[in-house]
Amino acid sequence: MEFYLAAVLQGLCFCGIAAGIYISMKIFNIPDITTDGSYTLGAVVTAIMLSHEISWYFILPVVLLAGALAGSITGFIHTKLKISALLSGILVMTALYSVNLKLMGRSNLPSLNYIGLFSGSSLIPSSTGGSLTILVAFIVILGLIIGYVLITDFGLAMRATGNSESMIRALGINSDRMKIIGLAMANALTAVSGFLMAQLQGFTDINMGIGIVIVGLGSVIIGDTAIRRFHITLVWLSLLLVFSGAVIFQLVLAFTLSIGVDPNLLKLVTAVFVLLIVALTQLSFKRND
Amino acid sequence: MIKLTSVGKDFNKGKANHVQALSDINFEVNEKQFVVILGANGSGKSTLLNLISGNLFPSSGTIYFDNTEVTRLPDFQRSRWIARVFQNPLSGTAPDLTILDNFRLAALRSKSKKLSIGATDSFKKLVQEKISTLGMGLEDKVYQPVGSLSGGQRQAVTLLMSTMDETRILLLDEPTAALDPRSAALVMQTANRIISENNLTAVMVTHNLKDAYNYGNRVVQLAEGKIIRDLNTEEKAALNEADLFHWFT
Repeated sequence: MEFYLAAVLQGLCFCGIAAGIYISMKIFNIPDITTDGSYTLGAVVTAIMLSHEISWYFILPVVLLAGALAGSITGFIHTKLKISALLSGILVMTALYSVNLKLMGRSNLPSLNYIGLFSGSSLIPSSTGGSLTILVAFIVILGLIIGYVLITDFGLAMRATGNSESMIRALGINSDRMKIIGLAMANALTAVSGFLMAQLQGFTDINMGIGIVIVGLGSVIIGDTAIRRFHITLVWLSLLLVFSGAVIFQLVLAFTLSIGVDPNLLKLVTAVFVLLIVALTQLSFKRND
Repeated sequence: MIKLTSVGKDFNKGKANHVQALSDINFEVNEKQFVVILGANGSGKSTLLNLISGNLFPSSGTIYFDNTEVTRLPDFQRSRWIARVFQNPLSGTAPDLTILDNFRLAALRSKSKKLSIGATDSFKKLVQEKISTLGMGLEDKVYQPVGSLSGGQRQAVTLLMSTMDETRILLLDEPTAALDPRSAALVMQTANRIISENNLTAVMVTHNLKDAYNYGNRVVQLAEGKIIRDLNTEEKAALNEADLFHWFT
């Protein structure tokens, strides 16, 4: 049971990535893989600031800003230098590896001994249950904020940009600027996942971001399957499903480990799992069309 | 209202596949005029429309709206004056957003899109009132995604969306080319009604000679990047449908 609870906690930490990929892939229709770099960046910033004994509520805005900066660089390269989104993301992600390493000064930084988000208080004790409460509350607030932004006039313009670019330009919106803002938002949210994970596991590793984009992708695809299956147009509900996707994804991975799959094969299992969901949804939608 | 002076547009200049799409065009559209532009494929009529909308910039010459020079102003900054209907019914609306949300964005065409909720109940009532004038029964479906509408309905909705915010100019790029005859007729009638009710200046590019004959108060023919015919209201009224067909033989 403890084992699955750990998976749920991890899944909740990955909700930031899921929301980020949901924004870049589903709302803007841009395949953005800056994720691997901006996730680690969020964790690195968190670890460094924690080691300087700075409170998490001062760390969070810096993490958001760092992620947003990474995303807007990708956005700038993509829209202004006219380089494909995929390559732009790869370039920034690669560059971020060095940036992260330089920032940390070494490849691994523990932060377990510092006071962070999960350190416990008189209200909520430092335990797995306490962490779960804090994480759920954190993710609910995050979801409410994202959901609100998406139903405002600005959010409508964001959602329309990935949907019909000709329309959005005819309606007076600078679609390039909108994409840069969107990628900034997506990567800020991804960095928040790094922020949460660094504190949950108590250390930051330079390689923690490798292949993490597939976790976000899998979560969004699980969520999106339900969104399309039930024709959901409500933004809040869509976000809830995407977040659930992140948790389900981790539970499935935990299950495969529990039945005795070699942990070294975890990335392979992840890739095959994502392939399966994508292929199955494609096939079943084709049949329904 | 719209004034183009000695406007030219070249594509791939200096290369083997150089095309001179428009050369030395002087073209003025007065307030409340409804100009129909005819021309064979490759005559430059779409290029002309794209220069007015700001999708393309001219290689030479200047473009004015009223007395403001807009030659190098990108399309999204011309939305203050211009509303557009595209040839492809999918281009003028966002299919995954609801009808209501599409109208909300259209209502902000010349304004900034803020971090506040604008698709309120009173706004919904306004949209329902507007949309009932189409007589398509869409007023009860404002929460449906626009993607679930037919091509004709989407073009009609796009037209109606253009009246949600101040508009001076309506650009129609073969609005009925992708529609069946019945929907096409309905969309053209709607366009005509909206243009006259709102005193709009309109420019329509079309291949449909019947529409060119039935609608508008001025007709212009382009060929090989030049204006070869320009008929004013009286001249157009004196025209009969067969004359138009002769232009292309």
